[in-house]
Amino acid sequence: MFVTAALAASTEAAQEGGGAFPPFDTSSYASQLFWLAITFGFFYWFIAKVISPRIGEILETRQDRIAGDLDMARDLQEKADEAHAAYEQELAQARTTAGEIGQKARDKAKAEAEAERQKVEGELASKLEEAESRIASIREKAMAEVGSIATDTTAAIVDQLVGTSVTKAELTKAVGAVRR
Amino acid sequence: MANDPIKQFEINTIVPLENVAGLDLSFTNSSLFMVATVATASAFLYFGSANRGLVPGRLQSMAEMSYEFVASMLRDAAGSQGMRFFPFVFSLFMFVLFANLFGMFPYFFTVTSHIIVTFALAMLVIGTVIIYGFMKHGLKFLGLFVPEGVPGVLVPLVVAIEVISFLSRPISLSVRLFANMLAGHITLKVFAGFVVSLGALGAVGIGGAILPLIMVVAMTALEFLVSFLQAYVFAVLTCMYLNDALHPSH
Repeated sequence: MFVTAALAASTEAAQEGGGAFPPFDTSSYASQLFWLAITFGFFYWFIAKVISPRIGEILETRQDRIAGDLDMARDLQEKADEAHAAYEQELAQARTTAGEIGQKARDKAKAEAEAERQKVEGELASKLEEAESRIASIREKAMAEVGSIATDTTAAIVDQLVGTSVTKAELTKAVGAVRR
Repeated sequence: MANDPIKQFEINTIVPLENVAGLDLSFTNSSLFMVATVATASAFLYFGSANRGLVPGRLQSMAEMSYEFVASMLRDAAGSQGMRFFPFVFSLFMFVLFANLFGMFPYFFTVTSHIIVTFALAMLVIGTVIIYGFMKHGLKFLGLFVPEGVPGVLVPLVVAIEVISFLSRPISLSVRLFANMLAGHITLKVFAGFVVSLGALGAVGIGGAILPLIMVVAMTALEFLVSFLQAYVFAVLTCMYLNDALHPSH
């Protein structure tokens, strides 16, 4: 009873314009709720169906683009690294090849020089041998001649002193015994 | 009564629809500003995302910023599962923010300064939490009221406290927003009224009116902050309540 009476009084006061505090004036609630439902309902629908997917897509596209660009940059970096490694490898190979060629040339030159030296030494040795054998034959010949001269001289001396002639064979034998 | 600080909250019928199924569904100034709020917010977001630029312009940047602001808020509070509620939280945030900011224009009506509007929004949040919670977890959703690791003796007490705190959520959520907007606008109006009435008193009065004038300027700046802050608080609390619906075991 009291409640309805108070409610009636308050609505009356509100209708008079003044008394009731507008936010607590229940007579406007139905209208406010109705229009809130319409406006907020539309707004929710609009956000859910149009705005949210659209902005989400924009952000996703940007994210993808950034990720793609980063991937590409990483790929390019990798390729550059690979190229650098290949270059380094080639350089190292070239270096070893150059070293090998140099070594080969050096070895070859050395071998040639060695061969030349041996050849020259051989020639020299054979010449030396030849000369030695010639010297030896000359010496032998000379020595042989020395023997015949001694025999002759001995024969002459014996002939002069003793006055007898000795056979040539005895002379040679005697001279040979003396010379030994 | 031009100085009546309450007058700005009055609801005036624009298009009378006084007896639709026994209800007064008139199109009022409140309805007009709801429409304006939704239209402005929609237009902002629509044109902000119309270009779909890879490098955003100013408007697009703002639209994206508000999107990411709410998205990160929701993700932090309710995890990636909470993102299914993103359109809901985003529309709530934008609606409250634009309604609050609309109220900052002189002679404009503040939709959120009426308890029925904020309460309806709060009930929408709590209703979503309850319906989704029971749909997803069934009766396990009631585990929300029984925190883990509470000694057996204390359980009835703790459950009672949890239930009361849960029931008071829609009230605190709606009253916080409503009271902030209402009080801010009343204070602004009262101080502005001082300026006018002191200014009418002649030379001394004009000198004395400077103080409330500075007050009004400072309060206006503060009210802009409050407009944003209350929309933010509303959205953050919505996210936290939705987290309860998603993960009631906490």
